[in-house]
Amino acid sequence: MNYTNFNKNEEFFVDMQRCIGCKACEMACAECETNGQESLIHVNYVDRASTVQTTVQVCMHCDDPVCANVCPADAISKDEFGIVHTANTERCIGCSNCVMACPFGVPKKEESYDLMMKCTMCYDRTSVGKKPMCATVCPSGALFYGTREEIQEMRPNSSPVNTFLFGEEVVNTKVNIMMPKGSNQLIIY
Amino acid sequence: MKNRNYNIKALLIAASMSVLMIILVFYGSRKLQNFDAALITYLFGTVFAFFGIVYRYSVWLQRPPTWIYFKRGVSYLFTGKVFSHFWFASKETIENIAFQKFIYPRGKYRWMAHFLIAIGCTSAFLITIPLTFGWIHFTMAPDSISVYEAHFFGFKVMEFKLGSIMAFLTFHALNWSSYLVIFGSLYYLRRRLTNPGLIATQTFEGDLLPLILLIAISATGLGLTYSYQFMKGFAFDFLAVLHAVTVIMFLIWIPFGKFFHIIQRPAQIGAHIYKKQGMKMGMAVCEHTGEEFATNLHIKDLKTVTKELGFNFDRPDGTSHLDLSPEGKRSRLAQAHLKARLEGGNLFG
Repeated sequence: MNYTNFNKNEEFFVDMQRCIGCKACEMACAECETNGQESLIHVNYVDRASTVQTTVQVCMHCDDPVCANVCPADAISKDEFGIVHTANTERCIGCSNCVMACPFGVPKKEESYDLMMKCTMCYDRTSVGKKPMCATVCPSGALFYGTREEIQEMRPNSSPVNTFLFGEEVVNTKVNIMMPKGSNQLIIY
Repeated sequence: MKNRNYNIKALLIAASMSVLMIILVFYGSRKLQNFDAALITYLFGTVFAFFGIVYRYSVWLQRPPTWIYFKRGVSYLFTGKVFSHFWFASKETIENIAFQKFIYPRGKYRWMAHFLIAIGCTSAFLITIPLTFGWIHFTMAPDSISVYEAHFFGFKVMEFKLGSIMAFLTFHALNWSSYLVIFGSLYYLRRRLTNPGLIATQTFEGDLLPLILLIAISATGLGLTYSYQFMKGFAFDFLAVLHAVTVIMFLIWIPFGKFFHIIQRPAQIGAHIYKKQGMKMGMAVCEHTGEEFATNLHIKDLKTVTKELGFNFDRPDGTSHLDLSPEGKRSRLAQAHLKARLEGGNLFG
């Protein structure tokens, strides 16, 4: 990629139990220049019939991204900072392999464009040392972008976890989820 | 070792296709009778590009996700409701390959600029490649000094009077292509230099160089016409060499860089046929949301492909994480997180 000023000390910390479903992040996400005014963050009710719980999902930027592996057009790439980029517009053939294979349900198929688009952790901002749009507007701390020291001070009873178990598959990610102190993985049943 | 075998396979395919191409050049130019020796460097460039394209295409097709689409796409095109798929494929080819309609919703001007470049490049390819191969050549009509004949593969296809509008349009065909390419490329160059999202993610060799090359080819090509028509042939030799250098750089860059998307794009139609056929065969229902989210065929194939690639999303009970829709996956993650938080004794912390 280009000359960047990516701040390697800062990381993304997500705590979906803090999500209040206000959708401020959705509005902010559409301001990201790399998205071209599309909002790509996901906020949805978990099980509307029985609970008001909402969840928020940004791209987790996997170490070995399934989306890039299943792409038949080599349209998805990971850079030296571990950012998994959105589909290369001239290559993506809109097949939705990545949409269906991502274990976190992140990529979004933009039907009218016949193109997959996904969160790039606001690469236009993070590549120059700024924080992603969504994290700057989240009012409840569900999305936080900063250093490990900062999050430790703010959440002394939690540990950041970036190992996830989906069935037999162990997925390691760049983005962390805040879990009870001492946890080292999250099992999705 | 596995990779090496693959490359040898692709090498063999590319080499034999290139040989076939050279044979076609030999016979298409009527045993080199109609071959224009001045274009020999272009011929080498074109054959090299052809080799590179076939090689990369063959390597690309062998990737598990690509292969499964290719295999299914081709088999559905020729089985089942043959005519309905052919009709669909033809419609898609016109809409998506000829007119690139999927770019229009991304931006009206983006589509227009891309369409100009596409028309300019395709027309230039259709003219220059057969010319280079000696497949097209022009002669004076017998017993005439004012009628020109165009021959394709040695067969006469059309004739026109010198000095006519037809002659003007034909002789300057590449100039028209150049103008289209220049206008389109300038729009994209401006976009790439001013759009913050693109500035953040683009690379010089991947995104800017192709545009610069297109403009350089067109400008030097136009320069040739201006040189002999308005400047008494001033600097013609220099311009001719410069033009050849830019064109050959473009040709050998096709298999490796951005221009490969021209070759790759028809795969989109394959993906559409795959989806259409899949819908006939039944939809997958998300176990969390209870709604249809993809075709059964797609999910089944993805399970195979992910395993081939070394990912296993199977659960102990025999089901798979891939049976969930994207929304279902996000919800299950949140539920798992909630459970872990509850077990930890505190919802926050």
